[in-house]
Amino acid sequence: MSAEFAAILVDSTSHALRIEKLLISQGLTCKLIPVPRHLSSDCGVCVRILKSDMETIQTLMIEHHINDQPIEVI
Amino acid sequence: MTQVAPDFPSSRAKDGAIYLDNSATSWPKPPEVAQSMCHFLDEVGANPGRSGHRMSIQAARIVYATREMITNLFGAADPLRVIFGLNVTDGINLALHGLLKPGDHVITSSMEHNSVMRPLHDLQKQGVEFTQIPCGSDGTLEPDQVQKAIRPNTRLIALNHASNVCGTILPIREVGQIARQHDLLYLVDTAQSAGVLPIDMEEDFIDLLAFTGHKSLYGPMGTGGLIIGERIQPEDLHPIRHGGTGSRSEREIQPDFLPDRCESGTSNAVGLAGLLAALEWLQEYGVGKIRAHEKQLCAFLLDGLDNIPGVEVYGTQDAAKQTATVAFNIQGMEPSTIGLRLDEDFNILCRIGLHCSPSAHQTLGTFPDGCVRFGLSAFNTLDDIQLALDAVHRLAKEAI
Repeated sequence: MSAEFAAILVDSTSHALRIEKLLISQGLTCKLIPVPRHLSSDCGVCVRILKSDMETIQTLMIEHHINDQPIEVI
Repeated sequence: MTQVAPDFPSSRAKDGAIYLDNSATSWPKPPEVAQSMCHFLDEVGANPGRSGHRMSIQAARIVYATREMITNLFGAADPLRVIFGLNVTDGINLALHGLLKPGDHVITSSMEHNSVMRPLHDLQKQGVEFTQIPCGSDGTLEPDQVQKAIRPNTRLIALNHASNVCGTILPIREVGQIARQHDLLYLVDTAQSAGVLPIDMEEDFIDLLAFTGHKSLYGPMGTGGLIIGERIQPEDLHPIRHGGTGSRSEREIQPDFLPDRCESGTSNAVGLAGLLAALEWLQEYGVGKIRAHEKQLCAFLLDGLDNIPGVEVYGTQDAAKQTATVAFNIQGMEPSTIGLRLDEDFNILCRIGLHCSPSAHQTLGTFPDGCVRFGLSAFNTLDDIQLALDAVHRLAKEAI
């Protein structure tokens, strides 16, 4: 199940909410979840997306100058 | 004309008092403000940006939506550059203490509040220099004077948009142009103008916009902050508070990204929920409509005071050139007596004294005795003003 997802790692919850708004406006599926421990020791949230949307979202984020938030497969 | 909208709450207190102290804090608030705060406490409640569960995320959404509303209101570029703090003083302190270094020179005006003057005097002890441009006796500022005061080491201009004493509007766009032409940072204190006058960070060349939520934005106390323009790099701004941000928790060093760099500790999310409702209300009615209403009230008040023998009004005495904050004195009666009599005998609440602005009072010629200030809001009516004028008339007659 988890192989279907990827996560956008963000600096803060505010950054996550900015990305979430962008993705929802484009009709893309996403959910804010706690950052999986194996990706980061941070205590904050990340944006979970469908793995199949990774490329589309990467392009979208570059278009919106959100370049510094990495996407990892969960 | 009685009110901006028929569904506005009454401007009278339960005991019938007429509240004319809106320059200190606005009252009443739109009913949605308290409703939104109760909703937050009752149903949201969690700490925003600290946990990944849905209540925490819901709280963070409310805070983020407030950032977006503030961004839109002031023509700012990025909600992540809105730094929330306690009030406008917090925002001004972050800008001045966070950016200035020994040897830097600051230009400001003689109409500033102590929220600017006290940090500058403190920074002066650390080697920061400042020049106060003398304003006219009506509080107006000649932009050319700012230009003439620029030195090779000038780094920042700090300007009050509208006087908290007499309402005089200062030419923020003209001064902003001068700041940008000389590549200086530009801080504007919008305590008395946000929500009343149009403000646009880009068009007014503002790099740092300090705001408060509890005055003419009609939010609760304990909300406000600073918007940081894109000409300022986050790493060049030293935070005035360090601590937990809910981000980069593995590190004991303050994050270098905004807003977290400057927002340590749990935020006043319940207050921000109230501010969000206030901003939605403000957006619905429109800054222009509220300004038109207050301008009409202000003109009526100025005209009425002008016709009372023994009353001296300070400032421009022109509703188009000031906010609805009116300063005056009655010859032969101390401001403290006037304030007490208005409260006890006429049920009118206002502020007297020096209004945390000794420099502004020196400019207006009212230092050290101070004056009486009527601060109006969207919720006041012509009836309120007429009753206030009748009261001042009675007191002026007694004082002769």
